[in-house]
Amino acid sequence: MANKVLMKGNEAIAEAAIKAGCMHYFGYPITPQTEIAAYMAKRMPKIGGTFLQAESEVAAINMVYGVSSAGYRVMTSSSSPGISLKSEGISYLAGADLPAVIINVQRGGPGLGGIQPSQADYNQATKGGGHGDFHMIVLAPGSVQEMASLTIKGFELADKYRMTSMILADGTMGQMMEPVELDLEVSPAPEKPWATNGTKMQRKHNVVNSLSLVPEELEKLNFARYERYKQVEENEVMYEEYLTEDADIVVTAYGIASRVAKNAVDEARANGIKAGLIRPITVWPFPKAPYKAIANKAKHVICVELSMGQMIDDVRLALECKVPVTLCNRAGGMIPSVDQVRTEIEKYAKEIN
Amino acid sequence: MATTKYLFSGFGGQGILFSGKFLAYKGLVEGKNVSWLPSYGPEMRGGTASCSVILSDGAIGSPIIDTPDVLVAMNLPSLDKFEKTVKAGGTIILDSSLIERKVERQDVNVYYVPATRLAQENGFPTLANMIIVGKLLSLSGDDSEEALMGALNKVISAKHADMLEVNLKAMKLGAEF
Repeated sequence: MANKVLMKGNEAIAEAAIKAGCMHYFGYPITPQTEIAAYMAKRMPKIGGTFLQAESEVAAINMVYGVSSAGYRVMTSSSSPGISLKSEGISYLAGADLPAVIINVQRGGPGLGGIQPSQADYNQATKGGGHGDFHMIVLAPGSVQEMASLTIKGFELADKYRMTSMILADGTMGQMMEPVELDLEVSPAPEKPWATNGTKMQRKHNVVNSLSLVPEELEKLNFARYERYKQVEENEVMYEEYLTEDADIVVTAYGIASRVAKNAVDEARANGIKAGLIRPITVWPFPKAPYKAIANKAKHVICVELSMGQMIDDVRLALECKVPVTLCNRAGGMIPSVDQVRTEIEKYAKEIN
Repeated sequence: MATTKYLFSGFGGQGILFSGKFLAYKGLVEGKNVSWLPSYGPEMRGGTASCSVILSDGAIGSPIIDTPDVLVAMNLPSLDKFEKTVKAGGTIILDSSLIERKVERQDVNVYYVPATRLAQENGFPTLANMIIVGKLLSLSGDDSEEALMGALNKVISAKHADMLEVNLKAMKLGAEF
C-alpha cells in the first residue's frame, strides 16, 4: 500500500510507458485522453526523451513508424476519431512488422461523436484497425492499475512479436483516479537486428518497408505474419473469471463495463442467483477457453457493452452457439447502470427456472 | 465491508474536483480502497462539475455512483439534479448561502452550511468547498487534525505549502458549524 499513488488512468499509462523505456511520444490532443500528452510534455524533456505534438494524428503515427524503424520503444495515443486517422499508419506498421504501442481512450461515435466513454471501437481494434490482413494485440484494462501494467505488457509483446499493441480503454478509465503501484517489472527491449540504426560499416543495409510488389513474396510475408499471430493466440491470452464455476447466468464484459457487471453479479449472488463474470483482458487474441468451460454448464450469457453489440459476436463464436447470448448495452457515451445489468440477470434467472 | 459513496457537485471553479480528491487521498492514507471519477468535458469550463468518490474496506467495483450515500451540493442545479438520487437514510450537505430552497426529501439527513458566506467572512473566499468537507468529516468523527493534515500534505504540493494551514482552518470552521 505504501508505494501506491493516486493517479488518473491516462497519467498511469504515460508513466508506465516511460517506465517501459519509451522515450519517444508523438500525439495530437483529443478528449478524453489529453492528459497522456500533457504528462509526456511535462516529463519527457526532464528525462531527455521526445515529446512532440504533431500537426495531425496522421503525422504522429508516421513519426511512430520512423522511431520504431530505428529500434526504439515508441508510443502514440488518441481517442476514437483520431485512431481512425491513424489507421493508415497502423496498417503500414503492420506491413513493415514494426512494434509500437497505440492507446485508444474511446469516446462515443461514429464520426466526431461525443466525448463521453464508449466501447464502440471494438471491431475496429480487434478485426484489424486498417486495410490489409493483419492483427494488433489488443489489451483492455479494467482498472487504473491495469492501465499501467498492460501498457508495459503492450511494449513487451510488441517487441516480442514485432506487432503493434493497442490499449483499448475508454473515457472513464482514462479520467478516473485509483491507487496505482508503479514499481513494476519491465523486460528490457530485445536486440533488434532489423533496425535501421546505422550499419557502422559492419553489416548490410537494413530496409524497413511495407511495399512489396511481387505477389509471391507478399503472400509469403502474409503467411509468415499469420504464423506469428498463431503463436500470440496460443501464448498471450489473458482473462479473469469471477464466480463462473457454478454460474447459471454468466455476464461477460471488458473494461469499464466489467466493473459495472461485477457489482451486478455480486448483487445477484446476494439475492440467491448463481451469477458469474468472464472478463477478457486481451480482446485480441480473444480468450476462448473460459467460454468453452461454461458452454455446457451455463444457461444464459449476457454481454454488457458500451456499444450496439460488437464483442458479442466473439462471445457467440467462443461458445459455439451452445448457450443463448443476449446484449445489455448503452451507446453514444452512456454507461449501463448496475441496476440495468442486475435486472437483466434477474430476468433470465426467472426464465431458466 | 463498509463502502461509502460520495457525490460532490457544484459550479466549475468551486473546487468540487479538489474536494473529492482530498477525500480520496484521505482514504488512501488510511489504507482504504478508493476511486475518484470526475465529470469531464465542457462541464469543466463554467458549467456544472461533479465527481464521484468511493471509499471502501473491500474491492471497489464500478467507480460510477448511481445512488450516493452522501451528496454535497454547492449550487441549485446540482441539488435539483441529484437530490432524488441519494440513498434513503443518506446525507445531503449543501451550501445554504447559494441554495435558497430547502431539501424536499424527508428520508435523508440534511445539513445546511452557509459555506460561501463563511469563507468570505473569514478571509478565504475560495475555500467554501473545504468548509463543507470539514462538516462532512465531522459527521463521522473522522476529522482529527492528524488525519486531515496527512491528506492535505498529499493533495497540496510543497510549492503551495502556505495553503496547508488555511485549508485546515476552513475545515475546522466547517466541523464546528
